[in-house]
Amino acid sequence: MSLDATPADLRIDPNASTLVLHGSWRLPDLGALIGRLERDTPRLAGATVQVDASALSALDTAGALLLVRLLRPLGPDLEVHTYTRMRPADLALLRLVWTRLGVQVPAREHETTLRELLARMGGAVAEFGVMARQFFGFIGLTLATLAGVLVGRRKLRLTSVVFHMEQVGLDAVPIVSLLTFLVGAVVAFVGATALRDFGAEIFTVELVSISFLREFGVLLTAILLAGRSGSAFTAQIGSMKSREELDAIQALGLDQIELLVIPRLLALLAMLPLLTFLAMVSGIVGGALVGITALDITPGMFISRLQEMTDIRHFWIGMIKAPLFALLIATVGCLEGFKVEGSAESVGRHTTSSVVQSIFLVIVFDALFAMFFMELDL
Amino acid sequence: MSASSPPEVVIEVRGLRTRYGKQVVHHGVDLDVYRGEVLGVIGGSGAGKSVLLRAILGLKEPEGGSIRMFGTDTTHLDAEARKPFERRFGLLFQDGALFSSLTVIENVLVPLIEYHRLPAAFAHELALLKIRLAGLPAEAAHKYPSQLSGGMRKRAGLARALALDPELLFLDEPTSGLDPIGAAQFDELIRTLADALGLTVFLVTHDLDSLYNLCDRVAVLADGRMVVADRVEVVERNPHPWIRECFQGPRARGARDAVAAHAPA
Repeated sequence: MSLDATPADLRIDPNASTLVLHGSWRLPDLGALIGRLERDTPRLAGATVQVDASALSALDTAGALLLVRLLRPLGPDLEVHTYTRMRPADLALLRLVWTRLGVQVPAREHETTLRELLARMGGAVAEFGVMARQFFGFIGLTLATLAGVLVGRRKLRLTSVVFHMEQVGLDAVPIVSLLTFLVGAVVAFVGATALRDFGAEIFTVELVSISFLREFGVLLTAILLAGRSGSAFTAQIGSMKSREELDAIQALGLDQIELLVIPRLLALLAMLPLLTFLAMVSGIVGGALVGITALDITPGMFISRLQEMTDIRHFWIGMIKAPLFALLIATVGCLEGFKVEGSAESVGRHTTSSVVQSIFLVIVFDALFAMFFMELDL
Repeated sequence: MSASSPPEVVIEVRGLRTRYGKQVVHHGVDLDVYRGEVLGVIGGSGAGKSVLLRAILGLKEPEGGSIRMFGTDTTHLDAEARKPFERRFGLLFQDGALFSSLTVIENVLVPLIEYHRLPAAFAHELALLKIRLAGLPAEAAHKYPSQLSGGMRKRAGLARALALDPELLFLDEPTSGLDPIGAAQFDELIRTLADALGLTVFLVTHDLDSLYNLCDRVAVLADGRMVVADRVEVVERNPHPWIRECFQGPRARGARDAVAAHAPA
């Protein structure tokens, strides 16, 4: 095959029965000719034509396809035409392309838009129902297995629990304390600016302490762990699923829930309250620091006001939410991991979905708690 | 390939040395690939078959030696200077390496649209032609890779490798993971395409059936060197211990007998 790169050309004699092919009919040299034929398709006369390939220097599948597109309107048989001075290899290629394109190009199916819209809406609603069912089913399965572990019918994987406690809890200490410290400082600063107009700067202490004990401590920790650990659970279990490790666990007669979910759940149940406590302390310290440096509230004043004015029930109201959030994050994270199918792309999609769902659930449940405690006048 | 004129050398590897850390893979590999032939490269696991492929493609920088493609030294070319060569070869990865977010036809269209300005209808039909040439039904064109079987994914990967009408086709273990029937069909497909499109095929394989049915020449990589590169009948008589073990084993006998049974008397 020569590498002569003369652009492809096509000449048709006046009575439209001879096609003269010129130059290299290879994809890189075909561009101009394809464009020209696209704009101005030549009309070929008669049922048979003569193809003169004496000036054809090279032919590839793209060139053959172009020729096929010219000859196709004349009839279903390629052999009725005559080919002069075409190399046998080129003719064989032309025949191959001709036979392989016997099938018509299938169009992609498109439903009418309104129908499609309704179908998608219905599909989404149905899927939501399935997801809710799966979620409650999974929580039930997990709690049943946990009960089995508690009464000693199932094995507790202590090493695994401790490993996850380190990953979920200890490794998250720096980021949780830093973030809540900063938020505490910001709350104190914003609150003080508003309260100063009423000469009530000292109420900053209650603002920071109550908001952190009741809400921010546990909420910020839960959101951070949803992003940090919930996603990790999904990615770990999901990649095990895509490498068929979960099937291997099943085939070895082991229990997936007992082996993978319970240690993660227990680790989160233990560590989320501890981190919440850390977040409360760190947020209040952040607020106190702003009070001391910017608002003339001495550390002594801050502590005594904290003791006198902030009831201990705020602390318990915050703390009681931590285990529930831990349960939500762990179950959503693990369940999404089990939903992974096949590819790495699916792992990524479910990890995103796991984070979004668990943050959503955490905030919804926090709001429900707030209403509940308000009704109880706590 | 005509017997009279000396065949043109498309890839010329001389004294290639590669290593990963302290692990030396090639001690000096010499290899010629002639235009229009199907060359099968075999060797034990870890013998450096895939590394040789990666070195030729420029994905692995060699320690020493030289690689010439189409007569030009490509050993130390940078990515930009390598581009014109890359359009002249197609590569089929082990599992097709299709883009999973695109349908089969969109996968094939990627290189076509990237390198050539073509009218949409023509590009579409050209992509469909490649899919049909790779032996897939037209209905597969709009499917996603995850909806295809392993064998069909390989064919779709082959269609994409053929998109730019390469002169050289690199195949990395194309029949691994296929059932014997699927593997035999794939071998036959490669043979047909190599003949019809005038392809030069560089095939890395484990499959003895492929060597007997498909390859014009077989190159054996062992001990970090190219032990022999010749027709399979010559290679199987080579006294090298690995070759003897490989070609005297029960699997080789089966493959050879199958070829003998089909050969015209």
